[in-house]
Amino acid sequence: MAILIKGGRVIDPGRVNGPADVLIEQGRIVSVGQNLVSSRGRGAAHPTIIDAAGKVVLPGFVDLHAHLREPGFEYKETIQTGTAAAVAGGFTSVCCMPNTNPVNDNQSVTEFILERARNAGNAHVFPVGAITKGSEGNELAEIGELRKAGCVAISDDGRPVINSLVMRRAMEYALVFDLPVIDHCEDLHLAEGGCMHEGIVSTQLGLPGIPAAAEEVMVARNLSLAHLTGARLHLAHLSTAGSVRMVREAKSRGIGVTAEVCPHHFSLTEDAVRGYNTLAKMNPPLRTWEDIQAIKEGLSDGTIDAIATDHAPHAVQDKQQEFAEAPFGVVGLETALPLTLTLVDEGVLSLEAAVAKLSTEPARVFRLNKGTLAPGADADVVVVDLEAYWEVDPTRLRSRSRNTPFAGWKVKGRVTTTLVGGRVVYEAV
Amino acid sequence: MSLKQKDLVSIESLSADELRLILETADSFKEVSGREIKKVPALRGKTVVNLFLEPSTRTRTSFELAAKRLSADVITFSPSSSSIVKGETLLDTARNIEAMQADIIVLRHPAAGAAETLARGLKSSVVNAGDGWHEHPTQALVDLFTLREKHLDFPGLRVAIVGDIAHSRVARSNIYALTKLGAEVRAVGPPTMIPSALDRLGVRVYHKLDEGLRGANVIMMLRLQLERQGKALFPTIREYSQFYGLTPERLKLAEPGVWVMHPGPINRGVEIAPEVVDSFSSVILDQAANGIAVRMAVLYLLSGANT
Repeated sequence: MAILIKGGRVIDPGRVNGPADVLIEQGRIVSVGQNLVSSRGRGAAHPTIIDAAGKVVLPGFVDLHAHLREPGFEYKETIQTGTAAAVAGGFTSVCCMPNTNPVNDNQSVTEFILERARNAGNAHVFPVGAITKGSEGNELAEIGELRKAGCVAISDDGRPVINSLVMRRAMEYALVFDLPVIDHCEDLHLAEGGCMHEGIVSTQLGLPGIPAAAEEVMVARNLSLAHLTGARLHLAHLSTAGSVRMVREAKSRGIGVTAEVCPHHFSLTEDAVRGYNTLAKMNPPLRTWEDIQAIKEGLSDGTIDAIATDHAPHAVQDKQQEFAEAPFGVVGLETALPLTLTLVDEGVLSLEAAVAKLSTEPARVFRLNKGTLAPGADADVVVVDLEAYWEVDPTRLRSRSRNTPFAGWKVKGRVTTTLVGGRVVYEAV
Repeated sequence: MSLKQKDLVSIESLSADELRLILETADSFKEVSGREIKKVPALRGKTVVNLFLEPSTRTRTSFELAAKRLSADVITFSPSSSSIVKGETLLDTARNIEAMQADIIVLRHPAAGAAETLARGLKSSVVNAGDGWHEHPTQALVDLFTLREKHLDFPGLRVAIVGDIAHSRVARSNIYALTKLGAEVRAVGPPTMIPSALDRLGVRVYHKLDEGLRGANVIMMLRLQLERQGKALFPTIREYSQFYGLTPERLKLAEPGVWVMHPGPINRGVEIAPEVVDSFSSVILDQAANGIAVRMAVLYLLSGANT
């Protein structure tokens, strides 16, 4: 079955940026160019045409950081609903964090996740395995087997490895399997009891704060350990100016570090918490205007490699609690694209660079064979109407959860069609 | 004139005029407590529910007496009697109470923001009787009332608030109240007890008690939460008392005629020396006495706003 995406502007970062058609056969990209016709010639079935006139055609996005909640928290999200949300937001590949129940610290959990993902038939799912057994921070998980079963990185996300010796050993051991080691940088002692950024707003609301230093001391530790071990270190959801500065400096010294930021961290400040808004409660917390500026500079100069969602679904009743009790997290798969496109409007990133931060770059960070429209690649493609305005309506999200702080925002840029492996998995209604 | 909101959740959200209105209304209720029959019919037929989900003696008693002296029907839930809250969200509990036609709900809750959440979700008026470290608006109103009774003018008045500001809802409410009325507020305590960016609320921060006291017209001592020892906020009660305890000698650093306040309960000999508690400068018992009149004023003004 052939598909021809006609008449759009193709942006395949570093390769193509201009008017072109995309021809897909047997689930793969055959060619990208002007006025394409199906290569099968006479007698072959006519290709299905997807009209992309006035739209951009991009490699499917790759999310380095999502919580699909299955197994264990299916009332918040399942692999089925999470990947449905992903493709609606243009993400054709999703790396899912291991803080499920049970924790993804062994191959049977990894295999279960992959099987669920295959059955769901939406986005590709790349599990991230745990660093330590049960993510308890003590003994290493069976990292080699996790790799063999299909994990693409390791992380104790949400329960960061506090013991620096264990972290060092994990980094060393992961080298054997060429796995990136991800850290959610948070000194749990410094952050103890905190539920929002420590600053003027936490002072006014009387809420315990999480200082920027809680992130930064762990960024510093991890960079030192990466230098010591030569590991592939990936820093998740950086939120502070100090973190960006340290990563920039480390990269200039040749340390093998990559980093991601999340759309909420460059779109909102601590002020969003006022009124004890639990929808604006996430970890790391929303910081300050200065931090947002630093994140934008980091994206612009390449210090920050990728934009990831940290999609963290929570049910209504989870969030309808006192602020200090409510869980951290926001859904993000369906709002990441328009929020990222605001960076283009502001001149922080070119359109091509913005697309790269969502596709080519994250694929490179985890060395996934994704995020490109090169001939022979899996036909993971997203068609986007850059001019379409829409209002974020939580009731219309594909995710099982609705915990977004962006409800009611008028945003620009909408996914119209998503293909995974040459199959249309999402079409805007 | 009346209050703009149906609730009293914070001092932060009140205007200076609203503060003055509450204080002036309290003046007229103060007289009631001196009568032989301490009752007026202002809230007859109204129901006030005290929902106290954290231990409290004086605030709870004070609200209860205030409501009774206004002739309201009063019910009080305290932690021991509130099996109703088990497994139920605060909002659901409150909605059930509201369904029984409560006009005013007075809430004391350990979580910052609890009163605000309730106020948003209910049609009844909500009075914040203390929410976590956030605010304790009626305590600040009592403190203002007490100072006013001593014929102090707020503009230019130098008030030193001493102790664990970071974990004090009384301090936050007083900082807003005093700065709104033009007083000069100082926060005095070790950096471990001063919250982040406090100066942005218009407060001058002092880490040395002697410097903070110099020239002060009013000293508000905060209760040291003894259970916080071990949280690395201060080494020992003994050392805290040595560096941050208000003694008769230190009192001399303040302006002559200085008034000493404390929201209670007092740790005698810890944050404040017994001689100071019992001295002529102390208005601590006035604070307790004025609690009823001020809370009567708040209940009265809110019940009017609600009809």
